[in-house]
Amino acid sequence: MADINAYEGSREGGFEAGFGDYVALLKPRVMSLVVFTALVGLWIAPQPVNPFVGFCAVLFIALGGGASGALNMWYDADIDAVMKRTAGRPVPAGRVSSQEALALGIALSGLSVMMLGLAANWFAAGFLAFTIFFYAVVYTIWLKRSTPQNIVIGGAAGAFPPMIGWACATGSIGLESLLMFALVFFWTPPHFWALALFMKDDYSKAGVPMLTVTHGRKATRAHIFAYTLVLAPFAIWLGFTSVGGPLYLAVAVVLNALFIAGGWRILRRNEEQAQADGYLVEKRYFRLSLYYTFLHFLALLVQHWVGAW
Amino acid sequence: MVMLPQVEHELHKRRRSRNIGLLVVLLAFVALVFGLSVVKITQGDMMQGYDHRPRASMLPKDPAPPGQNTAPVAAPGTPAAQQGVAGASQGLGQ
Repeated sequence: MADINAYEGSREGGFEAGFGDYVALLKPRVMSLVVFTALVGLWIAPQPVNPFVGFCAVLFIALGGGASGALNMWYDADIDAVMKRTAGRPVPAGRVSSQEALALGIALSGLSVMMLGLAANWFAAGFLAFTIFFYAVVYTIWLKRSTPQNIVIGGAAGAFPPMIGWACATGSIGLESLLMFALVFFWTPPHFWALALFMKDDYSKAGVPMLTVTHGRKATRAHIFAYTLVLAPFAIWLGFTSVGGPLYLAVAVVLNALFIAGGWRILRRNEEQAQADGYLVEKRYFRLSLYYTFLHFLALLVQHWVGAW
Repeated sequence: MVMLPQVEHELHKRRRSRNIGLLVVLLAFVALVFGLSVVKITQGDMMQGYDHRPRASMLPKDPAPPGQNTAPVAAPGTPAAQQGVAGASQGLGQ
């Protein structure tokens, strides 16, 4: 037993990781959004894909997303340890060493890109490689700690999966896939800024220049509303393309009306009012934003089964 | 001789979960590669080896392959051959 304890003590944090800790490094919750949007992008594309190849393609896109999550956790371990929301992650909690997170991230990045190239096509694989680079290097290493626009830029990485799914089927980019990108890209900032409004201490303590910290909460409220307004036309436009239809259009109109109304309510409030009711409106808007993307992509999928325009 | 109770250390439990997890992942990966290979082969793509080049034997037959003259060839010694009809000298006496 003595040798086991000595080994335990020698590890970073004095803990040997279980399998679940490595899975947690891949950010499974973020992966679920990647899987769903990539699946919809692939499914509604005009070229049919063999179901097994499609399954593998989505799996490798998800694996690439997970790899970039592991690289993010490797680099951000110091700020994750400070924030309440992220302190329990495997690296800051000491269950996995940062070197292991880096190694897993690099290995899975290479594997996912190579396998997607073999399963689907090399254009989609290159796109996935670019997405991993964008999230891990451009967002996490270069911009997250240096600009309040970090969420806007980081949102692009989360918006690429439906385009990659589309590229798996068609080998190219189309107007439809660009609009799906825009849908996620313009949705991301208001979603995270609403979260930052009621989780303000976390980002301030970590020194991450969130808009709430650098420009103040009033400016953040104005930004949320502005992005909600910019987002709506892209969501509606998608309804008039080859993947759209009356069902999608109806869902998009209702969701965007609710989203704009929510943004307007956030804009009109001040901090005193928000603190008085425990950020009720902001929390409601954040919850709506979770359903917003999911329901848009679900509507695209159902519209495809029902029959597009 | 005193029998000591066999208590499994927490470390062993975690290590076993990791090993079983890795085994499942590796088996799943083998199954995926096998399945992909079967699909790629049975789809009948005109691919050969790893270079993704069309296999000549699988290409549809071209009635008039480029570079091959299909004009009628005049038999040697006939008036047409002496007058130099197109293709008369091609493929003959070479």
